[in-house]
Amino acid sequence: MVEPRSDGLEDPPLLVAEGLGKDYGRLTACKDVSFVLYPGEVLAVVGESGSGKSTLLQLLSAQLTPSAGRVSYRMRDGMLRDLAALGEAERRFLFRTDWGYVHQDPAQGLRMAVSAGANVGERLMAVGWNHYGRIRDTASSWLQRVEIDTARIDDAPRTYSGGMRQRLQIARNLVTEPRLVLMDEPTGGLDVSVQARLLDLMRNLVNELGLAAVVVTHDLAVARLLSHRVMVMKDGRVIETGLTDQVLDDPREPYTQLLVSSILPV
Amino acid sequence: MIDVCGAEKTFMMHLQGGIELPVVRGVSFRVEPGECVVLSGPSGAGKSSILKMVFGSYRCDGGRIGIRHHGGMVDLAAAEPRQVLSVRRSTIGYVSQFLRAVPRVPSIDVVAEPLTASGMARADARDRAGALLRRLNIPERLWSLPPSTFSGGEQQRVNIARGFICDLPILLLDEPTASLDAANRAVVVELIGQKKRQGVAMVAIVHDDEIRRVIADRIVDVTAFASAA
Amino acid sequence: MNAPSYNFAYLDEQTKRMIRRAILKAIATPGYQVPFASREMPMPYGWGTGGVQVTAAILGPDDVLKVIDQGSDDTTNAISIRKFFGKTAGVATTTSTAEATVIQTRHRIPEAPLHGGQVLVYQVPIPEPLRFLEPRETETRRMHALGEYGLMHVKLYEDIARFGHIATSYAYPVKVNARYVMDPSPTPKFDNPKMDNCPALQLFGAGREKRIYAIPPHTNVVSLDFEDHPFARYRFDAPCALCGAGDSYLDEIVTDDKGGRMFVCSDTDYCETRQAAGHRGSESAAPHREVAHG
Repeated sequence: MVEPRSDGLEDPPLLVAEGLGKDYGRLTACKDVSFVLYPGEVLAVVGESGSGKSTLLQLLSAQLTPSAGRVSYRMRDGMLRDLAALGEAERRFLFRTDWGYVHQDPAQGLRMAVSAGANVGERLMAVGWNHYGRIRDTASSWLQRVEIDTARIDDAPRTYSGGMRQRLQIARNLVTEPRLVLMDEPTGGLDVSVQARLLDLMRNLVNELGLAAVVVTHDLAVARLLSHRVMVMKDGRVIETGLTDQVLDDPREPYTQLLVSSILPV
Repeated sequence: MIDVCGAEKTFMMHLQGGIELPVVRGVSFRVEPGECVVLSGPSGAGKSSILKMVFGSYRCDGGRIGIRHHGGMVDLAAAEPRQVLSVRRSTIGYVSQFLRAVPRVPSIDVVAEPLTASGMARADARDRAGALLRRLNIPERLWSLPPSTFSGGEQQRVNIARGFICDLPILLLDEPTASLDAANRAVVVELIGQKKRQGVAMVAIVHDDEIRRVIADRIVDVTAFASAA
Repeated sequence: MNAPSYNFAYLDEQTKRMIRRAILKAIATPGYQVPFASREMPMPYGWGTGGVQVTAAILGPDDVLKVIDQGSDDTTNAISIRKFFGKTAGVATTTSTAEATVIQTRHRIPEAPLHGGQVLVYQVPIPEPLRFLEPRETETRRMHALGEYGLMHVKLYEDIARFGHIATSYAYPVKVNARYVMDPSPTPKFDNPKMDNCPALQLFGAGREKRIYAIPPHTNVVSLDFEDHPFARYRFDAPCALCGAGDSYLDEIVTDDKGGRMFVCSDTDYCETRQAAGHRGSESAAPHREVAHG
């Protein structure tokens, strides 16, 4: 018998965006974006380049200050806090421990000249781990989880292939067991076969760890495989949102229909 | 278990100059536990659309889709995405016509995934998946291969295994026996019978008259819901 | 002794005040790098322009100055700086660690224990301990401000992963007063424990990088390490060939081109003081004769 898992409807939200907007002078990069993300939920943000999806991710991760609206996050103590009201030390600590950020280009998310083991171990050392053996064991078990040969633990990611780098970046992010991961085109720039392997890995990890994630992608196939919900953006606004299969199988807005019908059949 | 009342669906085709394409209207039927209702009608009549509306993949433009979930009734036509996901996790299973799986994932894991997703240990889930694949005559040497390398019939059986593996109280079947040979069709019929005895409410689309006769407790004619434009 | 043609200790009084303000700030925030308006000095960068400016700012007419370079009082650099202040400030100079009130040093801490009232001035080439791992100054300053020092351990981790032990043997990072991580300048890690709870004031000057930092007397200074790879001093395992000392940091001296070498104290004053007291090593000119120290 399968034990029915609690359906989680009584869980409080993890991340709340309210009326988020960002202007660059007269240019509106992002306008009036609101959504609620619950623990364990994967939200895909899709749209063409220039649709404002990357700006949104930067607003969510407080790399950009919003022109309007706010982002709140439920801290581990259960309190929902406005990110803008956190002190810088608190915010940076949060991002190093409870959040992950997977960059499209692994070189931005990794220390390319430092060994893979230290790349994974850094976040542990940053939260005070002070035992080399334990740091290394943990790093090594994470390399295994992301399917990197542990014999390469002392090699720098400079010597890794693109797919391995991206998997290493994921391990580096997940080692502190974050509750929220933001991903910016995580499969962009990879070969199709490498993409598939990475997607499978991410799906399993998200499932096993009960991660909540916001995945920005222009690839609807990635959205379909990874996400529970989809938000379609165009010209900085959210034009359609819903369950992934609802939006992709039964798109309502003209632009979404165009996007869905533009997928090349294989 | 299922109480559909006055549901309707229209497609708005923006890319074709905004044509409205009415699909169904006034869809109403009920399914009790242990009952298998088969939707009938010519192709294009909206059978698959109704199935997708019951699963929540298609949004309804009117009416209600009542589903008994955790002891209460949930209207999927009005439910929040989270609620729909919760219903899918613990109440409704869906066997689609085509398999949509992550490339590269071994078949046994494709089948076991619904169990692991609901919290079962990987090894136990794989045991159950293996038993089901064996029953559906998928040779063990194929289990570690991704289903995309399989023949159409084999893919369909993997898909069926994935759909039948969970003990959910509602199961939606979209052409479960298409492209199967007689022996495997018989296995599917047997599986459906087993689900019925367990009290599972089912809605199915089946083109094969003989199979329809065997599994259907009731037939709902979809042409009655056709919304003539 | 007179110095008619220079302002006392070369720098003008306004500059010295500016440097003193930076020094006071540095003492008030132990281990924190205080920016200062480093001046051009009559010597190239890398020759101790930072240390010289700090020394010039704190020197008084009654001070007794000692200058060492890698422990030695008699290298070009040490002699030049000693002469420079003899000429521009007219202060007394010495080679004796015990007699000096101000000791300017490059890359060593004297072996003889320092006492209260003394000031040790370090010449620092690169003051930022995080620099080799994080090239952005804006980011390293933020890391110091927020006490984010995980990266420092990354460096030590890399050492152990590569060499099996912490191979960093000089400029070994320390945490000062349980707050700032600091680069002790390229002193051998053998000297690190001497910085802890030292009765003398320790000042650090980086001329090219325009930073001053300090360890006030009796401040807690801890070398970073891992629980399972604790900090360990390193010293070549031999007695000094000249004075027989078994507790001093040694220099390797190549004596011929056939592989001949000897190990002698890098601290020349320490070695000479011991020899004067009758201690002898294997290579001493005079025959070995053990005499009670004192």
